Amino acid sequence: MAEEAHSEGTGLVFHPLDQFIVKPLFGEGPIQWYTPTNVTLWMALAVLCVVALFVIGTRGRAIVPTRVQSVAEVMYGFIYKMIEDVTGHDGVKYFPYIMTLFVFILFANYLGLLPMSFTPTSHIAVTAVLGFGVFIIVTLIGFVKNGPSFLGLFWMSDAPLILRPVIAIIEVISYFVRPVSHSIRLAGNIMAGHAVIKVFAGFAAIAAISPISILAIVAIYGLEVLVAFIQAYVFTILTCVYLKDALHPHH
Amino acid sequence: MEGDIASMGQFIGAGLAAIGSGAAAIGVGHVAGNFLAGALRNPSAAGSQTATLFIGLAFAEALGIFSFLVALLLMFAV
Repeated sequence: MAEEAHSEGTGLVFHPLDQFIVKPLFGEGPIQWYTPTNVTLWMALAVLCVVALFVIGTRGRAIVPTRVQSVAEVMYGFIYKMIEDVTGHDGVKYFPYIMTLFVFILFANYLGLLPMSFTPTSHIAVTAVLGFGVFIIVTLIGFVKNGPSFLGLFWMSDAPLILRPVIAIIEVISYFVRPVSHSIRLAGNIMAGHAVIKVFAGFAAIAAISPISILAIVAIYGLEVLVAFIQAYVFTILTCVYLKDALHPHH
Repeated sequence: MEGDIASMGQFIGAGLAAIGSGAAAIGVGHVAGNFLAGALRNPSAAGSQTATLFIGLAFAEALGIFSFLVALLLMFAV
């Protein structure tokens, strides 16, 4: 996607990673766990947007939906169909969790695209909680549903017998790397995109190349609108894939 | 430009880690190109495989993001 990690104070007017600094909302001072910061503000705004769309927007429950209600219905149907396609019919039970993940990440990404705003999903601390939450819940579901035979996920019964222990080791490692890659993928994509926008914004201070850099910002912003949706989609569909592995561990 | 040998190593390492992003770009292009080639041969089956496409793209891209992360760690955390 993008690759920006430099600009050590020379040249640019501001540092491209300054936008990710967590600040307390009121005054200065050390950040405790209860301090309201810009992260909590924008996460709360994301939750408020979700509530506005899904609770207030669909309050009428009209047969012929209003505009807001049909947006909510399209998103509901989209996630419902995705879960049914990927995990099969018995995964539909976990629809509320997956829908919550999707709408929260989607609105956090899109609110982060507003100028002067803050993107909670650009922090690995936020996405790691989501990713490890998925990992723990899916592992628990696997053991509760299948008992010890969940471990059959790591034992490929259709591979040659000599290779099976080797494959089992690789499968176990890849299973435990899942939450790491799951969370870093989301945070890395969002952070890289926002950093690129800020790098081009820094170039806009140089008169000779400022028109080009503003055009580049517009283009990258369009790409980021796409990336914000695709990353929410990818996070959700990978959750569905992991859930499918937990529900049907035998290939 | 003054500095010590350690920060030179940092910069060189971060630049080398950036190569990984280019490699991930090759992988992502491979996935998308092969999907398009297959989809044009059999357009009726393409719609049901977009989920697989995005999963493949995500796995290919994750490793590029890892190298980006290594670059970031070298620049800011070490």
